[in-house]
Amino acid sequence: MAASHSGAENTYHAGLFRWSVLLACCTLLLVVAGGLVTSRDAGLSVPDWPLSYGKLMPKMEGGILYEHGHRMIATMVGMFTIVSLVWIFRADRRRWLRILAVIALLAVIAQGVLGGLTVLLLLPWYISSSHATLAQLFFSTTVAMALFTSRRWLAGPTVVPEDGANPLRGLSLAAPICVICQLFLGAAARHKAIGSIYHICAAPIVTGVILWLSMRILLHYAQNRELRIGSVLLLSITLVQVFLGVGAFMTRVAYVDAVQPMPLMVTFTVLHVATGALTLAASVILAILVRRNLGARVNALSMAA
Amino acid sequence: MFAAAFCLLLTACGSSPQPQTASPSLPEAHVDPATAGSISGRVLFTGTPPAMPTIDMSSNPDCQRSHKTPVKAETVVVNKNGTLRYAFVWIKDGLSAAHWTPPAETAKLTQNGCIYEPHVSGMMAGQTLEILNDDPVNHNVHAQSTVNPPWNIAEPPRAEHSFRKFPSPEVLIPMSCSVHPWMHAYIGVSPHPFFAVTGEDGSFTLRGVPPGTYTIEVVQEKLGKKEGKVTLSPSGTASIDFTYGG
Repeated sequence: MAASHSGAENTYHAGLFRWSVLLACCTLLLVVAGGLVTSRDAGLSVPDWPLSYGKLMPKMEGGILYEHGHRMIATMVGMFTIVSLVWIFRADRRRWLRILAVIALLAVIAQGVLGGLTVLLLLPWYISSSHATLAQLFFSTTVAMALFTSRRWLAGPTVVPEDGANPLRGLSLAAPICVICQLFLGAAARHKAIGSIYHICAAPIVTGVILWLSMRILLHYAQNRELRIGSVLLLSITLVQVFLGVGAFMTRVAYVDAVQPMPLMVTFTVLHVATGALTLAASVILAILVRRNLGARVNALSMAA
Repeated sequence: MFAAAFCLLLTACGSSPQPQTASPSLPEAHVDPATAGSISGRVLFTGTPPAMPTIDMSSNPDCQRSHKTPVKAETVVVNKNGTLRYAFVWIKDGLSAAHWTPPAETAKLTQNGCIYEPHVSGMMAGQTLEILNDDPVNHNVHAQSTVNPPWNIAEPPRAEHSFRKFPSPEVLIPMSCSVHPWMHAYIGVSPHPFFAVTGEDGSFTLRGVPPGTYTIEVVQEKLGKKEGKVTLSPSGTASIDFTYGG
């Protein structure tokens, strides 16, 4: 926890950074657990909330293992978020980071309420889909908090001028917006509000925007290490995500007549959900890095000069 | 945020579909035993019977232990004589508008060996459904009704019997357990007592039916619906068969 580097804005706290990374990892675990609940059709295996079968700890069997396990991990993430908030308020002077920590806590509370409501109201698609989408947004928030408390962030930006012929700001914002819309379509399809065709048809558009953004960075801004790494990471995760999406769809078709969720289908689908969260987080981080590292726009002539 | 969430909860609860209960203004139904007849028939299946997958109960050893042999799914069960089991048959149309009083005895749905018994059943609107858990494990029972309000209840091991009613006719209502995702049952809720579920010989008989011309509907959980018309003469019998293709 001792300060090891003094940045322009604040002081680096190794403990706070590690805690933020832990919170992000636990949140990803929570996303996986939530994906398992839906894929295993276990969403209503515990009919009551906030207790489970009237107890804090029911017998962990069948679907209860997934639903109550999800609730336990969610409780842990909620506690960790409170610790993050307190830690940031005690150790960090950045007002905007404190506001972000408060937003994270409100988001995790809202997420818990949505989770309870969807159980009590028997999984209405709009609440279940909102619960799934907010989970993805919360995960991105925790990853951003880890970024903001990192040593590299506190060391300050490496500014590069924005190439007027290849602007980046708008495109970098378009990517996370497209991803979150695609995640909502996926959640709505999973909760049977719409056919999966909308999610499938939107996939090439989202992939195209990410490809466009990543290629523009790699072709015109590769000298900036953070942007280069961020774009390669986003592109790699997206390619994995497309592969997992194809796998999830194919296994769903193959097991359409199955009497119970099949392990291969569950595996592909849950990995697709988790990688969706990683895709959103990577696109959000890249948009943040673009905003931070991009200097004033210059046109091609002045760049050449 | 909590206030907003609870407003949403209240709004959602308040907007749940209200079942259409039988109008009290309808006259009480009366069947003259002297003229009542019966409608019978069979539900046939042509083609190759689909192979039913074996249910994997390994996720819950207590369920697995309760069966000596592997349990097959009952989505489409073709009898040895080429007929279909678990098809729900009822008079869909043709009866004069009347209020049929549901029987006092309960319809039963039992959870035994992590399987619902019976897999398909019928009951009257307003009749009481008695739910039993004979298993040493937790279950939940989720009625996925769309006309009647849906519900989801906990069924702890060997719990007290639960009682529920479906106020309105609805054919078929899927019932499921999310603890054991292979558990599925279907209940046909009829406005009158003229319904049946085909068994091991694939036949059905609707008894005590007043004379008239009726639309008979058969509903199978996977293969869908079929209907046909029959005319029943006073004290007579009528026959109708339905055929599903594989």
